[in-house]
Amino acid sequence: MNAPLASPPSVKTTCPYCGVGCGVKATPDGLGGALIEGDHDHPANLGRLCSKGAALGETLGLETRLLHPMLRGADGVLARATWDAALDRIAGDLRDIIDRHGPGAVAFYLSGQLLTEDYYAANKLAKGFLGTANVDTNSRLCMSSSVAGHKRGFGSDTVPGSYEDLDGADLIVLTGSNTAWCHPVLFRRMEQARKARGTKLVVIDPRRTDTGAEADLFLPLAHGSDAILFSGLLVHLAQSLAFDAAYVEAHTTGFAEALAAARAVAPDVETTARACGLAVEDVERFFALFTETRRTVTCYSQGVNQSAVGTDKVNAILNCHLATGRIGREGMGPFSLTGQPNAMGGREVGGLANQLAAHMGFSPAEVDRVRRFWGAPHMAEHEGRKAVDMFAAIGRGEIKALWVMGTNPAVSLPEADGVRTAVEGLELFVLSENVQSNDTAACRPHVMLPAAAWGEKDGTVTNSERRISRQRPFLPRPGEVRPDWLALKGVAQRLGFGDAFAWRGPADIFREHAALSGFENDGTRDFDISAFAGLTEAAYEDIAPVQWPLPAGRAEGTARLFADGGYFTPDLRARFVAPRPVPAAEGTAPYPFLLNTGRIRDQWHTMTRTGLAPRLGAHIPAPFVAVHPDDAAPLGLATGMLAEVTSAHGRAVLEVVVDAGQRPGTLFAPIHWSHANSSDGRVGALVHAVTDPISGQPDAKATPAALSPYAAPFEGFVLARRHMALPEGVWWARAALEGGYGWRIAGRMGPQDWAQWVTAEGPADVAELSDTPSGLYRAAAFDADGRLDFAVFVGAAGQRVAWDALKGLLASEVSAADRRLVLSGRRAGANAACGPLVCACFGVPKDTILAAVREGAADAAAVGARLKAGTNCGSCLPEIRKLILEAKAPA
Amino acid sequence: MSEPLLVIGNGMAAAKLCEELTRRALGRHAVAVIGAEPHLAYNRVLLSEVLAGHMTAAEAEMKPAAWWRERGVTLQYGTPAAAIDRAARDVILADGRRLPFGKLVLATGSHPIRLPLPGMDLPGVHTFRDLDDVEALLAAAAVPGTRAVVIGGGLLGIEAAAGLAGAGVETRLVHLQDRLMERQLDAAAGAFLKRAVEAKGIEVLLGAASEAIEGESRVTGLRLKDGRVIPADILVVACGVIPNADLARAAGLDVKRGIVVDDTLAASDPDIFAIGECAEHRGMTYGLVAPAYEQAGVLARRLAGEDARYEGSVVSTNLKVSGVPVFSAGDVTGGPGTEDIVLTDRGLGVYRRLIVKDGRLAGAVLFGDTADGLFYLDLITSRTPIAAMRTELAFGRDAVAAAA
Repeated sequence: MNAPLASPPSVKTTCPYCGVGCGVKATPDGLGGALIEGDHDHPANLGRLCSKGAALGETLGLETRLLHPMLRGADGVLARATWDAALDRIAGDLRDIIDRHGPGAVAFYLSGQLLTEDYYAANKLAKGFLGTANVDTNSRLCMSSSVAGHKRGFGSDTVPGSYEDLDGADLIVLTGSNTAWCHPVLFRRMEQARKARGTKLVVIDPRRTDTGAEADLFLPLAHGSDAILFSGLLVHLAQSLAFDAAYVEAHTTGFAEALAAARAVAPDVETTARACGLAVEDVERFFALFTETRRTVTCYSQGVNQSAVGTDKVNAILNCHLATGRIGREGMGPFSLTGQPNAMGGREVGGLANQLAAHMGFSPAEVDRVRRFWGAPHMAEHEGRKAVDMFAAIGRGEIKALWVMGTNPAVSLPEADGVRTAVEGLELFVLSENVQSNDTAACRPHVMLPAAAWGEKDGTVTNSERRISRQRPFLPRPGEVRPDWLALKGVAQRLGFGDAFAWRGPADIFREHAALSGFENDGTRDFDISAFAGLTEAAYEDIAPVQWPLPAGRAEGTARLFADGGYFTPDLRARFVAPRPVPAAEGTAPYPFLLNTGRIRDQWHTMTRTGLAPRLGAHIPAPFVAVHPDDAAPLGLATGMLAEVTSAHGRAVLEVVVDAGQRPGTLFAPIHWSHANSSDGRVGALVHAVTDPISGQPDAKATPAALSPYAAPFEGFVLARRHMALPEGVWWARAALEGGYGWRIAGRMGPQDWAQWVTAEGPADVAELSDTPSGLYRAAAFDADGRLDFAVFVGAAGQRVAWDALKGLLASEVSAADRRLVLSGRRAGANAACGPLVCACFGVPKDTILAAVREGAADAAAVGARLKAGTNCGSCLPEIRKLILEAKAPA
Repeated sequence: MSEPLLVIGNGMAAAKLCEELTRRALGRHAVAVIGAEPHLAYNRVLLSEVLAGHMTAAEAEMKPAAWWRERGVTLQYGTPAAAIDRAARDVILADGRRLPFGKLVLATGSHPIRLPLPGMDLPGVHTFRDLDDVEALLAAAAVPGTRAVVIGGGLLGIEAAAGLAGAGVETRLVHLQDRLMERQLDAAAGAFLKRAVEAKGIEVLLGAASEAIEGESRVTGLRLKDGRVIPADILVVACGVIPNADLARAAGLDVKRGIVVDDTLAASDPDIFAIGECAEHRGMTYGLVAPAYEQAGVLARRLAGEDARYEGSVVSTNLKVSGVPVFSAGDVTGGPGTEDIVLTDRGLGVYRRLIVKDGRLAGAVLFGDTADGLFYLDLITSRTPIAAMRTELAFGRDAVAAAA
């Protein structure tokens, strides 16, 4: 008997992107997709989603997924294998390598996208059973300076506040954070606070980002000078009424030394301004605002963390909050905004080489405690290698086995070319992945394991405000996909550790993790969720978002810490830490520029997921380098041209965006592109592997670099319904489109070369336009049903035609009228030019917004009322406001 | 009293001249038209349509008899002119009559080229020039199972072949060159045209040199130089035309390939003019209707007393084969100093080649969609610089306007 068909129920889960950790309501459509909405009950987002989260439904397809284990055979070819064969191979090789080289020859490189349970399983296997602490994660690239700063200042890796503090602040200082693009949902909260209570916004960033454009005060400081600025602020605060002598006295140590050190580098406003490359009056205004405003939250992200002095920057910020006692109270505090969905969860289980487990380190007592808890036979007793060091050790052949889970180090690590060569020498390279191909998968792993993806995974994550939320599955696991913990368990069993890994499901792991957090804790460790140690299956299923600590016996989570001291240091006092005096970074010949890297609004990490969503590719479809006009002009560079960026470590070729918001002498390039979606856009290859000496976090914001024009006499695009291999030597960047893909192309290949390529593709039916003397060639190939199969538009550099009008033909039939116009780049009856997508949530392009403004929409609200643009996640509001100014400016 | 104006030739140029002249200066001249063919002037371009049975001969007439009557034009058709007596200012007809003129216009058209092949005089060998030819071909085509060979892959030959095929005749088209209409079309357009002609049921033989017409009492086939013999019950020679300047030459007027005229369209006698295919202006003779009409228009204005000059025509060809239009204008030979913009769409059967010289449009070849033919012709004629519209140009007038 058939069960009646019921519409699938909605499932509450958590977004897989940034560290805001928004609640998502997913309603499966029964066809492998799902309707995605914001979860109104989730305290992180209260129903909002950003453009990326809102487009999650476009990323659920199985086309790019790895669905079966793959094993590299003796012939060197990766072939489908059974899980048993794959796990046998891993276990056998691990045992063999440990026998021959010791446990230090084994490493795990994990990801802030793993669930806490998966993370826990990997960490436990490595540190307790294989005996290696070489367990690091891409959180090293993201969070570790904040972690190190927090540990130095607080004695623990603790974010003291809550998102609610953003609602209740009167001053929000964003330093090294393009919040409007990278944490849009939080930025909306900040904007609401500005509306509701007149909260002032100060943005500190070498680059005038969209966030900076929205600020009440924007401080375009010199790269790496944040610690000097906050040292100057500390000096200023110390002699102001804002100084909280009682708090400093009762709950801190080291103030006098820190103040003395600060006075040495930043004795007054003038010196501070000079050292930071800022205007004196701007610094004065910032200091005054900070001094006057008790309810101040200072948020910091990669601009602070990804620095050779990142840990010092964090402590310089913490110092100012400690000196004013503005910590752990409503509307105030330092606030590290995390970049990954479970960076914090990873740290909770100890998923970093310098952590053991559950916020414990490698002291003999802690090692012993964890040994006893796990019943572990082979405890790692010392810190392992941090990411950059780990890959260097792999390159030197000291590490023989590497298991990478859920991250793409061949793109994201600094000196990424070196990563690719380093892993070639591994005896065992295991990659647990969602996708069949990315740059790391191209590095010839011996084993590829098909990992469960978002929508299939089942477990927990922790966001930037210490809030643990469930990621719940709402789709069946396709093919032979398994959760990572199950793969790890399989290896542990084969190595004879079955009893310690006898979990039946994620709830078992979570309970064990919770129990360990409370094990011999007694309030000595901040991370304690032992209230969950006895959770039933049903209760695990229903965990509502909750902020740790949550020790046994407590019913509710903890919104804030440290208002009354209680730091996790031996004397329970916070530490003022004096930053080392380091001058602002500068480029020097032959690399006169400083290359800054970061995210763009609508992409995330290496685009293996966001790159699948057409509307997310429409905002910025190609990798670019932002250049100040004064730097661009002498090189003859203009927006839309290509430039080669080189460093001592690699090269990339990127589209130039001339941007007056860029500090002269600095460049900015996004981190998202890889060889999987571009020919020369992998910026990780350029970034130097200089790390913060305390946190080990690479400085991805200030690599000395050179810039030169890249000769590309021809440029254009390719559109196709399918993946196409473009000719060797062509510069390209691929974006997903509805029904296919679009490639920006440029290079030396001219009309006749492209005509030959089109002919070689052997289309069933083709239309062509050639004007060889003008450098122009266009072709549209049609399949047997008359649908557009692919199109090539090539022209002389500087005469790029937009693909906006044509891309619709990938997802529709081609009418006779459209076919006659297809090579003109227009469609019949359509106003073709619509410009880049501004509002990704509602698909509103630039020209539509400009038209609305010309028709009378006077502000962003009016544009929103008319077009809906900017009314969902709001990450495009800064751009809309800029367009309004542009449209209103007299021509 | 009106000055006697005599027109020799009753073709399209003559009809156009009469129309323009009577519209501008009705009654200024006593106009008489002498036609060799026993018909009212007809639209020669439509001969293949008549042959194909798509229209009757009467429907191809330029103007009905009443039209000529109402304008007081005397028609002397069916009696050819035999000579011009310049001293007496008379034209002598074949029947000996003399007609005096004050002004004389020669619009004698062309002769079809006859090939120097053995068997050219056999019964069943036709040219394709006039209604008589069409009537003869129609009579032959009426016999079931008739097979035809047309020699000549130019405009005329294709039209003859299309007409015959349309009349139900098994038709083969033999052409010396390796592509059809090689003077107007490039290889790609020629290939398009070949497919369109073949779609009409016509077998096309390219690079086929004729050696002899075979047959004893009437044509039985065409022998090619490669030895092949193509069976034929009728054979049409449509290899082009030469200007008919016989009368002028005999009258001592200056004649080269055609009757040499100046920019006033006057021959070497200031009272004698020549227009249409028989005229040679600035070294050019034209085998198409549009220049003839332009010349007729200029001459009509001059005869009406206006100042008008003819400075040559940009040649355009507009041809419909099997419902597929072909257009060619200007200089399509290409060569040094020219640049090509080529748009092809095999699926749509559209081809456009625009020839650019010195930043201006010099020529255009259109196949399949000729709607923009006159747009290109205008650009060629007006010598408009095209740099600003170059990327849109191939998509025609609307695209250029939309992008402007």
